Amino acid sequence: MTTSYDAVILGAGIVGAACALECARAGMRVAIVERDTIGSGATAAGMGHVVAMDDSPAQLALTGYSRSLWTRLSPELPASVEYHACGTIWVARDEEEMDEVHRKLAYYTAEGIEAEVLDSNALAEAEPNLARPLAGGLLVPHDAVLYPPCAAGYLVEQAQRHGATLLLGHTVISAAHGQVTLKDGTALQAKIIVNATGSLAPALTPGLQVKPRKGHLIITDRYPGYLHHQLVELGYLKSAHSSTGDSVAFNVQPRKTGQLLIGSSRQFDSDSEDTSVDHKIVAAMIERAALYMPGLPSLSALRIWSGFRAATPDKLPLIGPTEDPTVFLATGHEGLGITTSLGTARLLADHLLSRPTTIPLAPYLPSRLPSSYLSDEAIHV
Amino acid sequence: MSEQMRPEQIQITIDQQSITVAAGSTVAVAIALAGLNCRTSVTGEPRGPLCAMGICFECRATVNGIAHSRTCQLLCEPAMDIRTQ
Ligand SMILES: Cc1cc2nc3c(=O)[nH]c(=O)nc-3n(C[C@H](O)[C@H](O)[C@H](O)COP(=O)(O)OP(=O)(O)OC[C@H]3O[C@@H](n4cnc5c(N)ncnc54)[C@H](O)[C@@H]3O)c2cc1C
Ligand code: FES
Repeated sequence: MTTSYDAVILGAGIVGAACALECARAGMRVAIVERDTIGSGATAAGMGHVVAMDDSPAQLALTGYSRSLWTRLSPELPASVEYHACGTIWVARDEEEMDEVHRKLAYYTAEGIEAEVLDSNALAEAEPNLARPLAGGLLVPHDAVLYPPCAAGYLVEQAQRHGATLLLGHTVISAAHGQVTLKDGTALQAKIIVNATGSLAPALTPGLQVKPRKGHLIITDRYPGYLHHQLVELGYLKSAHSSTGDSVAFNVQPRKTGQLLIGSSRQFDSDSEDTSVDHKIVAAMIERAALYMPGLPSLSALRIWSGFRAATPDKLPLIGPTEDPTVFLATGHEGLGITTSLGTARLLADHLLSRPTTIPLAPYLPSRLPSSYLSDEAIHV
Repeated sequence: MSEQMRPEQIQITIDQQSITVAAGSTVAVAIALAGLNCRTSVTGEPRGPLCAMGICFECRATVNGIAHSRTCQLLCEPAMDIRTQ
């Protein structure tokens, strides 16, 4: 086996897969090392909502940019990726949330992201299974959904077509100073190492401000026509925002098969490998969902699972160089890594190749955060 | 068989067609008697009862508006509305 590469990508989640493709396409000799199967981490656990999200201007810039890259890629995606531009409806329960709808509309429109206000009747018409009456919503028509592990598989396949080597079933035990060491003792030489191991990234790059944040999802049997858009409650940001404590939010996605994917929960958990299902939080998710879709609890669920988001204190990913000139990061994507994988990979490759970037990289540079853990109180300011 | 011995017959509809079955028949049996499959898989394959004891979920159909009902566990009732899915 060749042991010398221009770039060694650690982790074949959707982020590592996208980075591998960008680097290989630029002519680099690339290896991707994955301990398990492609997309087996957060990528398999995630919802696959490709969404423009406006938690902060930098978040909207990266999600908007990435979403446009998905739109451009979509005609090439194989059917297994189940890409479906179904749009998002942000659901408002009361007039206070309708104010938020109008704020969001103005913000999205200013950023060139198409959106449209739905009044109470238009919302009920668009989604007849929602509770009535609800105040209305914001339709973002060009958001999409996809099946993340197959998307990661497709990106890896394309990287391989551009000459990348996939090292599957190999655990990386150290990665620094231009050398990646595998558990079986193999040493790979790399000019560039990209740590894309998601919530496990601090194990290989100590001191990173990345914490595992557990999330649960429920998938139902097939109910074609039950749901037409991805629905998210406007209170979602409150849930996603809270840096401490457990929270749930109504978030439901139509799959191409007619199945519904019901989310979502957020919990900080000390053990990032413990994926056991917490039935208390699942019950809270279903209760929350029933407020919006009273019929949901009577549908039959097939499976419940959990996974870990890689959370950073400022809710933005870590993309770019570290103090070790050979080590680069592509992690910390929290609940948006499926969406932002393509933008992340493009920004990183642009940086590595000194190409101009489409959006500024600065907000995502790892150097913005001191490299040690802050307490939750400090994070909250 | 004498008139007295004949089990009671009940009328149901399967995919909007009226069908007569013996009382005590399961919905899965009624669907089979009608020459239909309970449902079609994601990839378009026909599906029908496998375990007949409520654990494999292969025999699902929509019964009285409730999708994914396990038909091997349901007895036919007069005027029952059954739809294969
Ligand atoms: C419940 C839930 C819902 C979500 N919903 C959405 C959504 O709707 N939209 C969205 O955009 N995002 C969503 N996300 C977030 C998204 O899933 C993640 O941000 C994304 O999958 C991160 O991808 P990744 O490649 O960085 O990490 P991962 O997919 O975790 O990949 C890391 C890979 O590295 C490998 N690895 C780790 N350590 C090593 C090692 N030492 N050696 C070799 N390999 C290693 C792992 O096996 C893994 O395959 C959701 C997440 C969760 C948990
Ligand atoms: S045949 Fe197995 S559940 Fe009905």
